[in-house]
Amino acid sequence: MITHGQVLGALAGVRDPELDEPLTDLGFVEAVAIEGDSVAVRLRLPTYFCAPNFAFLMVDDARAAVQALDGAGAVRVELGDHFASEEINDAVRDERGFGGAFPDETEGGLDSLRTLFQRKAFAARQGRLCEELLTAGRELHELASLRLADLPAGADRDRCVELRVTLGLPAAEDSPAFLLPDGRAPDRAGLDRYLRITRLIRVSLEGNAGLCRSLIETRYGGVQGVAA
Amino acid sequence: MYEKDGEQYYIVDGHVHYWDARPENRNRYGEGFIACFYDYHRNLSPEEYVWPKEKYDSYSEEDMVHDLFEIGYADKAIFQPTYLKDFFPGGFNTTEQNAAMAARYPGRFIVNGAWDPRDGEPGLKAFEALAQEYNLQGIKLYTAEWHGSSKGWKLNDKWSYRYLEKCQELGIRNIHVHKGPTIWPLNRDSFDVADVDHAATAFPELNFIVEHVGLPRLEDFCWIATQEPNVYGGLAVAMPFIHSRPRYFAQIIGELCYWIGEDRILFASDYAIWQPKWLVEKFVDFQIPEDLLGEYAPLTPDVKRKILGLNAAKLYDLEVPASLAAEPVGAAAIGSEPVSPA
Repeated sequence: MITHGQVLGALAGVRDPELDEPLTDLGFVEAVAIEGDSVAVRLRLPTYFCAPNFAFLMVDDARAAVQALDGAGAVRVELGDHFASEEINDAVRDERGFGGAFPDETEGGLDSLRTLFQRKAFAARQGRLCEELLTAGRELHELASLRLADLPAGADRDRCVELRVTLGLPAAEDSPAFLLPDGRAPDRAGLDRYLRITRLIRVSLEGNAGLCRSLIETRYGGVQGVAA
Repeated sequence: MYEKDGEQYYIVDGHVHYWDARPENRNRYGEGFIACFYDYHRNLSPEEYVWPKEKYDSYSEEDMVHDLFEIGYADKAIFQPTYLKDFFPGGFNTTEQNAAMAARYPGRFIVNGAWDPRDGEPGLKAFEALAQEYNLQGIKLYTAEWHGSSKGWKLNDKWSYRYLEKCQELGIRNIHVHKGPTIWPLNRDSFDVADVDHAATAFPELNFIVEHVGLPRLEDFCWIATQEPNVYGGLAVAMPFIHSRPRYFAQIIGELCYWIGEDRILFASDYAIWQPKWLVEKFVDFQIPEDLLGEYAPLTPDVKRKILGLNAAKLYDLEVPASLAAEPVGAAAIGSEPVSPA
């Protein structure tokens, strides 16, 4: 018998592809209903015009995550209150992919979009770890020689390791603590520029996440999403 | 003009609308669109500036003139048309509608036009007529505009270049670009500004003002603007964070000053989403928080003067009061490539 907790656990593993945060933390899960082995999930987003490609990925990823649970029967994930709800929900239900949702408006799938934002998320989190070390008293020039194992433990380090694996970057404990997008470590001279660029990406992502959180609260009159 | 602590500020509001979002002028997409705008408005405005939804759907000319010029300190305001006829059948705010209002308030507004590359050859002729009728100096482009089954376009499409050539030929130098949340093709990042990069390289005599400083892609915008000296950032949508999330605002403005410099940033309210009165007052009072001053330079009155009006005055050849016209030499953008003199 599938439980509410299992479904929310699965949804907690699904992230907004841009913000790199779990749907359950962002308030995007509106409702979960279980009947026998059938599961119905309703998702919601901060605006009616949120980008349709990200919206599609979240609905499709959520369906796959819940479907993968032991004992899951029919699984239906639907997005509400969005200009493309119908196109997205139908294509996800019929497993027709993004091209099936918007047949003449796309050139291929969403893999490279997803990878692009995983790279940004990785850079932003590395930037945050970098700043954490500097605040703790480390000097910038020391950072180039640090190893992955030297990074402060916590959510940012854990997620960085996951993203390294996903992106095919070195993920061993003794690999460099900080990596450029191509997998090389920044040298001492390049660290200042590296920190500047990762800070810019971090400011952008954190700003967007904050805006999404406050807009969804405004849009739904303070009604909280279902948290894991 | 705004004055505070003995300093004067010439104000150009670089992005304003006089829109018609009444229920009789919108379909379900238009309803969703204006609801989304309203959420931005009530989410990011100080409480005393929040309007009831009915007024937000359709405000009067008098409201607008009062809010911009009587209490809002603006010396000039730039109308940025947004047609959106697939959402608002009569147009959300068109060049024609804006020009009619501007004519009733002489000297106040600059009227910008628009084009859509998907209109092809006939659109090109219509645009030329529009430019001549209204003596256009600038245009506003919305790459996420729907057009039948199409959900967007790119600035480096073949037909976009034809229209940009036409702008050049007509002496229209200021190209305002607004991104997202859809673009063609839809599998690309909807807010992708890479096409601006291509167009800015291909048309070095034109100025490309990226509205909303590329938000939610501040990083992509900054990256492009560091490499293209003719790319500017419009602060519409970024400004109101000064009230609700001042630290984030400090980071945005700090990053912009670092990467593109104080000479290429333009103030805007995006009226009626927000109002210039409180934005100007708060911006003049604003300073980068002390703990961020290691990362970002402080905002001096000279920097604020440029952002609030002098930068836009240069792009639009506006006459600035003599006392403010002598321009202080600004700090170079640290993050930008060295720019050789044109």
